[in-house]
Amino acid sequence: MQIAKVVGDVVATRKDENLAGLKLLILQPLTPAGEAVGRTLVAVDSAGAGVGETVFFVRGKEASFPFYPVEAPVDAGIVGIVDHWDLG
Amino acid sequence: MPALSVSSIIGIWVDRMQIARVIGTVVSTQKHAKFHGAKLMLVQPLGIDDAPRGVALLAVDGVGAGVHEKVLIVLEGRAAGEALGRKAAPVDAAIIGIIDQVDVHGDL
Repeated sequence: MQIAKVVGDVVATRKDENLAGLKLLILQPLTPAGEAVGRTLVAVDSAGAGVGETVFFVRGKEASFPFYPVEAPVDAGIVGIVDHWDLG
Repeated sequence: MPALSVSSIIGIWVDRMQIARVIGTVVSTQKHAKFHGAKLMLVQPLGIDDAPRGVALLAVDGVGAGVHEKVLIVLEGRAAGEALGRKAAPVDAAIIGIIDQVDVHGDL
C-alpha cells in the first residue's frame, strides 16, 4: 500500500457495468515526509474517502476484493483514511 | 530487448520479497473491515548495502515488528493476505519476518 492525498474525483456516466455505483478519486502518492511522489492515478474508493483527505491505497487486483462478488475492473483502491502517521 | 512490464517502468512491485526497514507507524480509524486490528507500518525497502531503494510503502505487520527494525516484506496480495490471516483482504504488502542478520558471500 501507499499513502496518498485525494486531489480530485472522476465522473464517468458510460462505463463498465461492474463499475456502477463506485466512486473514482484521483490520488497523489506521498512520501513519508508528506511530499508528492510519482504520478497521480485514479483509484476506486472502498473506505468512504473524499477530496482533501489523506488515505492509503492498494495496487493490483486486490483493489477489487471489497466489491466481491462483483468483479470490478480496477487496479487501485482506497482502503483506509489516514488519521496520522508517526516516523520513528 | 526484454519486454518492459508496467511494474518495471514504475520501479516498484517488481521484487516480491524484499528487505526493508520499519520507519514509522500509521493510524487509521476509518478503513476497510479486513484491516480491523491490523498494524500498519511504513517501511523503506533497502538495497543489499542497506541504502534506501525506491519509495517507502505501507505494509501490514504479521510478526510484531517495531520501528527501526530490519524486516522481510512481501509485495504480493495473496501472501500479504495470509500474513494478515484473512483471505481476500485488499492488501498488497506485509511484513513477514524480522531479520536478525544478512550475510552476503562473494563480490556484488
